Amino acid sequence: MRANCWAGRNEVEVREVPDPAILSGRDAIVGITSTAICGSDLHLVDGYVPTMQDGDVMGHEFMGEVLEVGPDVDPTRLRVGDRVVVPFPIACGACAACAAQLYSCCENSNPNAGIAEKMFGHPVAGLFGYSHLTGGFAGGQAQYARVPFADVGPLRIESDLTDEQVLFLSDILPTGYMGAEMCDIRPSDVVAVWGAGPVGQFAMDSARVLGAAAVIAIDKEPYRLRMAEEAGHIPVNFEEVDVRSRLLELSGGRGPDKCIDAVGMEATHGSAHLHAFDRVKQAVRSETDRPHALRQAIMSCRSGGIVSVVGVYGGFVDKFPAGAWMNRSVTLRTGQCHVQRYMTPLLERIERGELDPTRVITHRLTLEEAPRGYDIFKNKQADCEKVVLRP
Amino acid sequence: MELTATTTVRRPVAEVYAFWRLLENLPSFMAHLDEVRTTDEKSSTWTASAPFDHTVVWEALITEDLVEERIAWRSTEQADVPNEGTVSFLPSPDGAGTEVHVHLVFDIEAGKLGRAVAKYFGEDPRQQLDDDLRRLKQVLETGEVVRSDGAPWGKRARKEFPQRPAQPLTVEERREVLGA
Ligand SMILES: NC(=O)c1ccc[n+]([C@@H]2O[C@H](COP(=O)([O-])OP(=O)(O)OC[C@H]3O[C@@H](n4cnc5c(N)ncnc54)[C@H](O)[C@@H]3O)[C@@H](O)[C@H]2O)c1
Ligand SMILES: [Zn+2]
Ligand SMILES: [Zn+2]
Repeated sequence: MRANCWAGRNEVEVREVPDPAILSGRDAIVGITSTAICGSDLHLVDGYVPTMQDGDVMGHEFMGEVLEVGPDVDPTRLRVGDRVVVPFPIACGACAACAAQLYSCCENSNPNAGIAEKMFGHPVAGLFGYSHLTGGFAGGQAQYARVPFADVGPLRIESDLTDEQVLFLSDILPTGYMGAEMCDIRPSDVVAVWGAGPVGQFAMDSARVLGAAAVIAIDKEPYRLRMAEEAGHIPVNFEEVDVRSRLLELSGGRGPDKCIDAVGMEATHGSAHLHAFDRVKQAVRSETDRPHALRQAIMSCRSGGIVSVVGVYGGFVDKFPAGAWMNRSVTLRTGQCHVQRYMTPLLERIERGELDPTRVITHRLTLEEAPRGYDIFKNKQADCEKVVLRP
Repeated sequence: MELTATTTVRRPVAEVYAFWRLLENLPSFMAHLDEVRTTDEKSSTWTASAPFDHTVVWEALITEDLVEERIAWRSTEQADVPNEGTVSFLPSPDGAGTEVHVHLVFDIEAGKLGRAVAKYFGEDPRQQLDDDLRRLKQVLETGEVVRSDGAPWGKRARKEFPQRPAQPLTVEERREVLGA
């Protein structure tokens, strides 16, 4: 089959690889009809996540048709011919983490748990197309994928919603929603979201759906800010205005009640000086992540507020504002999204028209065009917000 | 060499104890064990792979068997690598599972083979035992040892980095991995 593979730092390549087949009794093989490129893929391609290998099949946002199921797949949960969206964390459904609905912390789905444990203290779940640290599972930017524990994760789509309406249930819609949910939003809340990428856009929409009084979008890309503004959110360009003063203005001098980091480890900074500090540290590997957005979110958040982090971090950060966080009673919440927890309720919100995931799609390409898709998404060319690939 | 490891399995104590007590089950999650055959209530024959395609065979005796609580065993005199072990089962505090506490002792001073075996266990024998218990948990909670494309070997996952790439296996690789 054809698959988009990691081909070294800053390079992906569509190659011919073997077709997947059932390896374990609870596997299914899915024929992929739609798949997407995510901001997380950029972290992998930019070389900020260790344990990527040449030839790794990329992609963790995909959906399609079940072509084959293993002998141990519960037929009441999944059958050949089902149309499914596949959540990006692989979860067994039986461990204590799964029982607590902490699916991205599943204790059984990562065969490289020992390595993850060394890096993170405790292991994390297997994820599709997302380095060997999270299992070494082939991803979904391909024609077919093997889906382990197939009777746990995949969500059957029985209505006639289009691929584009439901594809993002695999990751970014639940991720944005979880970012907002972790904020315990109240009707009086001003919510500020760092990053107007696809995850940030969905965090903003979710904050509104959950009842926030006002939602602020912080980014530097005018076209992304425009997209947020068209959806009813307040744009703030961090290259044009001082973010802190603008946020104070927009929140009666209190600071936003809730702040969401939808940027992660590759943030850029208005201050060239601090940015250079982090770039150098990152280059010599004494710091792996550049937490500009996270720092600013903590500093900006009102005392007693919540900072919710869905932007991905991989290792260590410097200049973490521990003093602001501690002395002002700020709560920090985070996680890789527990996608399975949100799929059904969010599908219902899509059906009711409360959320429209298609609004972020700017590019529809073929699988063969994946490298170009990465290029324009990463470099913010052609007003690119979200790329959907058709195998 | 003394090793301890602990895990919590989300299955009832009776089931976890019974699984372990049927010693034939041990090779399904212990990487170095090829086979355990019980000869009577107390005795069993263990076969393990050793370096350079050798196998080591020894007899073991159950020295203590407290139902749903604890099992202890030791190798008999003739073993090349004298060893003994204890496993204890405790209900987890949330009542939903079982804490499994394992304690193993290998007498690796006892000759050349002992040293070879120690080497075989690698620089981090603790990690080996941790991984064994991780697989025990996988087998009991999910019914299988998890396989990815990068690490498809199931319980034979001794390989270090780099792994095979995270892309589907060829037909030959699949045959080899599944041992069919
Ligand atoms: N937690 C999860 O489960 C999960 C799931 C999916 C994605 N993610 C992560 O979410 C993040 C965003 O994903 P995306 O697909 O939207 O990516 P993206 O790269 O399209 O979006 C990031 C945006 O942040 C902006 N940005 C950079 N520095 C900034 C700063 N200092 N302040 C404000 N904005 C800044 C960029 O201009 C860009 O628009 C990534 O880190 C991704 O890995 C997390
Ligand atoms: Zn993603
Ligand atoms: Zn699990």
